[in-house]
Amino acid sequence: MPGKLKVKICAGRHLPVMDRASDLTDAFVEVKFSNTTFKTEVYPKSLNPQWNSEWFKFEVDDEDLQDEPLQITVLDHDTYSANDAIGKVYIDIDPLLCSEAATVICGWFPIYDTIHGIRGEINVSVKVDLFNDLNRFRQSSCGVKFFCSTSIPKCYKAVVVHGFVEELVVNEDPEYQWIDRIRTPRASNEARQRLISLMSGELQRKIGLKVLEMGGNAVVGYLQCFDLEGESGLVVRAIGTACTLDKISNTSAAQLPACNSPSKEIKEAPFSEDPNPNTYSSGPSTPLKNQTYSFSPSKSYSRQSSSSDTDLSLTPKTAKSPKGPRISLCPSSPTLSSDFPTLINPFQLHLGSGTTHSLTPPHSGHASPLVLRKSVSFSEDLLLAASGMGSGGSAGKDGGHLKTLLRQQTQSALEQREFPFFTLTSFPLGFLIHAGGVVSARSVKLLDRIHNPAFVGIMGNTRSYKLLDWNSFTADEPETRDAWWEEIRQEIKSHAKALGCHAVVGYSESTSICEEVCILSASGTAAVLNPKFLQDGCLDCYSENRLSRQPTFFSTGSEKGEFDFFLQSKDSSSMLGLEDTSPPSCGFCHIPYDELNMPFPAHLTYCCNCRRQKVPDVLFTTIDLPVEAAVTGRGCLIQARLCRLKKKAQGEANATAISNLLPFMEYELHTQLMNKLKLRGMNALFGLRIQISVGENMLVGLASATGVYLTALPAPGGIQIAGKTPSDIAYEQHISNIQKKINDTVSRNKELYEIHPLEISEEVIGSPIPEPRQRSRLLRSHSESSDEVSELDLSHGKKDAFVLEIDDADAVEDILSLLTDAPLPTGFYSCNTENMPGIHNWTSSIQMFTTVRVFRLNNVNLTNQGLNKSFNDLCENLLKSLYFKLRSMIPCCLCHLNFTVAVPEDELIQVAATAVAMTFDKDQAQEILKSNTAPMKAISENEEQLQFPMELSSDSPSVQTFPPSKGFLENASPQTIQGTSRAPSLDKASPLAEGHLRLRSTPSCTDSTVTVVKMTPLSFIPGAKIIKYLGIINMFFIRETTSLREEGGVSGFLHTFIAEVFAMVRAHVAALGGNAVISYIMKECVFMENSNKNQAQCLINVSGDAVILIRESEQEGVPIQTHGSTSQTPQSGGAPVS
Amino acid sequence: MDSNEVKMSVELDVFVGNTTIMDEEVYQLWLDGYTVSDAVSIRMKSGILEQFGTTEDVLESDTMDHYRTFQMTERLLHHPSKLVNQVLFQIPPHRQAMLIERYYAFDEAFVREVLGKKLSKGTKKDLDDVSAKTGITLKSCRRQFDNFKRVFKVVEEMKGPLVENVQCNFLLSDKLARDYAAIVFFANSRFETGKKKLQYLTFEDFAFCACQLIQNWTVGAVDNMVEDMDVDLDKEFLQDLKDLKILITDKDMLDQHKSLVCTGLRGKIQVFNEMEGNFKNLSRGLINIAAKLTNTKDVRDFFIDLVEKVIEPCKADRWLISDVRAFLTQYTNSARALDGFKYVQSS
Repeated sequence: MPGKLKVKICAGRHLPVMDRASDLTDAFVEVKFSNTTFKTEVYPKSLNPQWNSEWFKFEVDDEDLQDEPLQITVLDHDTYSANDAIGKVYIDIDPLLCSEAATVICGWFPIYDTIHGIRGEINVSVKVDLFNDLNRFRQSSCGVKFFCSTSIPKCYKAVVVHGFVEELVVNEDPEYQWIDRIRTPRASNEARQRLISLMSGELQRKIGLKVLEMGGNAVVGYLQCFDLEGESGLVVRAIGTACTLDKISNTSAAQLPACNSPSKEIKEAPFSEDPNPNTYSSGPSTPLKNQTYSFSPSKSYSRQSSSSDTDLSLTPKTAKSPKGPRISLCPSSPTLSSDFPTLINPFQLHLGSGTTHSLTPPHSGHASPLVLRKSVSFSEDLLLAASGMGSGGSAGKDGGHLKTLLRQQTQSALEQREFPFFTLTSFPLGFLIHAGGVVSARSVKLLDRIHNPAFVGIMGNTRSYKLLDWNSFTADEPETRDAWWEEIRQEIKSHAKALGCHAVVGYSESTSICEEVCILSASGTAAVLNPKFLQDGCLDCYSENRLSRQPTFFSTGSEKGEFDFFLQSKDSSSMLGLEDTSPPSCGFCHIPYDELNMPFPAHLTYCCNCRRQKVPDVLFTTIDLPVEAAVTGRGCLIQARLCRLKKKAQGEANATAISNLLPFMEYELHTQLMNKLKLRGMNALFGLRIQISVGENMLVGLASATGVYLTALPAPGGIQIAGKTPSDIAYEQHISNIQKKINDTVSRNKELYEIHPLEISEEVIGSPIPEPRQRSRLLRSHSESSDEVSELDLSHGKKDAFVLEIDDADAVEDILSLLTDAPLPTGFYSCNTENMPGIHNWTSSIQMFTTVRVFRLNNVNLTNQGLNKSFNDLCENLLKSLYFKLRSMIPCCLCHLNFTVAVPEDELIQVAATAVAMTFDKDQAQEILKSNTAPMKAISENEEQLQFPMELSSDSPSVQTFPPSKGFLENASPQTIQGTSRAPSLDKASPLAEGHLRLRSTPSCTDSTVTVVKMTPLSFIPGAKIIKYLGIINMFFIRETTSLREEGGVSGFLHTFIAEVFAMVRAHVAALGGNAVISYIMKECVFMENSNKNQAQCLINVSGDAVILIRESEQEGVPIQTHGSTSQTPQSGGAPVS
Repeated sequence: MDSNEVKMSVELDVFVGNTTIMDEEVYQLWLDGYTVSDAVSIRMKSGILEQFGTTEDVLESDTMDHYRTFQMTERLLHHPSKLVNQVLFQIPPHRQAMLIERYYAFDEAFVREVLGKKLSKGTKKDLDDVSAKTGITLKSCRRQFDNFKRVFKVVEEMKGPLVENVQCNFLLSDKLARDYAAIVFFANSRFETGKKKLQYLTFEDFAFCACQLIQNWTVGAVDNMVEDMDVDLDKEFLQDLKDLKILITDKDMLDQHKSLVCTGLRGKIQVFNEMEGNFKNLSRGLINIAAKLTNTKDVRDFFIDLVEKVIEPCKADRWLISDVRAFLTQYTNSARALDGFKYVQSS
């Protein structure tokens, strides 16, 4: 009994009227955790009940504490009939389980009902007393910190980055159970919400266990997703990067020699005292599969067969599989040489279990936590032995003769792990040595129905599904899903290897599901990482090491060879290996692969920055632009958009059709990206995300990235238009017109993005002659084994990538889409990454927003071309709308602008985006201009102070036609502003004070009990410092309506729902004592409607990190308090830092 | 290419900010009761498209978003204290104040139509006539009427100073709260303000009168701690006013009063002769109005009586405002100096 959960229900407010006769409500509250329920008294006849209950105490396992949400139900007491539920609050108590996060949850929570939305608020206090648990076989992982942020959290330093952790759990979807037919929508929705909450808790606990076993204490870049597979079930999966984090104390302890800290940190972690360093190899559950894969020349085949074979062979009742022969499809290579269609492998069809490949361990699909054992420090011999193996395994590609031994050792250390993947997108200085390019893999799968007799009819027992992946005989389902992902990850790993890289950073996974077909995608950036950093105290070791070329101080484990680095060593000399020593501003651009043995033909030049190392001409990555990178000019958002029609089909035929289309789509998206990049005069893409969504009759692809001009890379060539039939003069004229337009656009863009490289080579300016060999680093999914990598030619083969032939219908389309990209309005910039290259002087005003659009295509005769144009217009219009909406924030940048596309129904395309607009200070020249318009400035300054820059009141000349209101407004504002500004958390704890609004003095009337909470998809808020991380926010909501028209149609319904989701996130953060959510994302927004029935349903899943911020200026002298420590002066406005 | 053109329609289009974005201009259009399409064309006329280089659909989408937001906020605006403590929209305090202030703002033309009328369903039904007459959209009329009625219902039975009650419950500015106090006061006593003869008076004029009446003629004015009701006129006081009749019924008293006034005003007002000649009529007018105020019906006609019996005669004689003020001051003071008057104050 290692934990005691205490809950107190204080009060409610703004409750709905439940009794029509009296216009009042007799409310009481049920508090439920696990299987225990408490009730408050009924507070009769009030819309603002004051229960002031005792502390309800739950004595529970910490396993339950992690998995279960606290469930609070507000009901209306009814003497004669059943009590009516008003709504519920689910509280994730996980933040209370970690000593460094929140200590108490206390505040007003919106009472949520899946049919009616928010119905009042309830004031709840929650505490947890944790007892130390010495049981080493425990299943809980309390104390592991989770961060959504994909960079090392601001008030921590990374002592060790252990690496990739992943897990998935499955269950039947309550929505699709037979019982749902007789259940009310409300009951069904609540069952789903509760189940997903449980599953996420369980998933987090399991990931936490893996982290503890690795010796870590935190997960950074935690990304949890749901796959609503419909009939076949519900999958919750998560990936992240296990780390050992050290809190940076306020004193400059960071300067201490950090030599000791890793070991110290590990000692603190449970399990670290494991005396046996050799368990890694002797454990029966360690199938040495890494070696198997790396030595296998035909691993792609084995991978292809693995999932289905494993599935079938492990399934005791094969006959239950209704689909009969299972199919496993891998999208084949988009190898883009001139004959690329012929390279496409036909998908492989496996019948029964007859083709089980001997090289595939039957359990390979299961990323069993058993594989991950305690991290151990390698002795030197072991390490050398391991490195020998590693280099042997990869000798075919690496050659090794130009690489340092040291790097091979690093590499091999990383190769030892199952997946050397990192979900981080930005890194401590010097961590990233080289970025090789984007690696991605996709595979098309047919979803199969869950056949799990254990679950039929026992939905009431929420613990049952936990059996799934711990109990082997029912373990078939997660095995399949695991195997699918394992397959993809292996592919990614081999792609990275082909690029001479031993690791993948900026790694992410996603799915797109339509009926029974599912596209699994994974992508990341192949990279060479610095195994460790040295700091002053260890310089001797460093030189010694350099001489002997025997690294003595990075530890490595069998499966996951962790490596250490130290944040505080910032000098570039800390790079390992002589050959790798390069300035940090360009080092990451240098090619990681061997120039003489390149994985694909590429055009290399010497680095424009250091002139010593070779760089590619174009670099695509999925990571954020490293802060140290030298960049010319500013960056911009680049999107490639594509729709492809697909015949409606069922089952295998459908999967085949999709997997046949995929390589073409990837290819075209890539070409579009490249063209648009050139058109902007840039040479690198960061934060690249390529999303391909599947619908019944079309595939939609959307690639977003932030283009920049990396100073280290050569200037990009131009784009040339070529006609095939040069006989016609008019035609020639046409071509030269287009050519001129393109050239103009390029030079205009260079102006716009201030791209003025120091040395402009002749080939760039005015020369329409393209460089002979333009190559990219985008390595796509392919089924070739790694020895065939050299055939991967991603250019157009003989044709040059940037000669666009005008006869080609696709080319016309390309050109049109190039030229129809509307230029950004003056004062606006946009990017999809954390940092906007070239903008640093952010002001503190930000505006986070979510926008969703659904379009219906009304044309019966859809063509690819028409469809493409529509989709392109759709995206452009959405951007235009954003610019218009946010015009009052100019000059501003839309950051983290990532579109998510979905095809919810036939002929419907849904585009959603969550981003943040941040204003920045203009440069000197514009500053003067600004001061000339004094009144304007005064207004905007005022707004800035209040942290809510919005529409300027001065921009509406028509106000003059409404003299009364204008006058009143002027009178009103100063006083009310003053009256309402206050520290947010002060009266949260005293709900009783509220409700007595009949006070004489005006200022007290306007006091708000609502804490202002800032939200951003970025990991920082400009002008503010994060002083504490309070835990992860991971919320899942369902909203349904049967009166769609009355709620304002689909837009009104979704508008309300999104606002409600924001409100609930803010309330939870405030209750944790926080005042901001960072790294906020809307991971899922599934919208379904049936206008004829006047119904709609929407599911939204959001996540982020709750934090306490203080203004940077207040930073000194503000003591760090535990709860609600945001002390501000009243002058700082209603928003704390915000 | 045209044959390939795919027709698209927007099924759903929402934009939700963490901080709720509200354009004041669109808010005003919404308050004024314009439909989305009307609002879009009005906005287009302002040249906003050219200014920001955008298109009509963008403007329409933006307007729709705003209208939805406002519709969702409206429920909260009915109880401004709820708006301050609600969680659905994160709105900075000064924006909240703006929203409330504008929502409760009213049109001069409208308030003159409704001022002093019973805030009943019947009056509401006649709003389409008001709308037609004033050119204010029916929607806007209804909002303004409902605001009046809502404020009235809340403060009607409330103790304490009327203005503060309004301000505290509806979080309005001083100015607007005072205006609402006047509206409530007029509606409660049902003062007739719509007669043709009263048309020249502005709401501002009536509001001033209301303020004076509240300060001097209500229960709260006499004893502001115990039963301080600001809404109703002090019955006792009105009863006492009957005693003033002696000023016109008693010949001696009348003459004495007249001579005191004339002595006081000699050489101080331009219309002295007219005043002297007309004193009896003026005094009779004033006193009769005062003495009749115990009848509810006569209270309603208070302003029309004042205009007919006092203001119009003065106007006919071309009195200046300063003359009127001096006369009334002297009239009051002189009356006090007469025997048998202890505490009566005149208007």
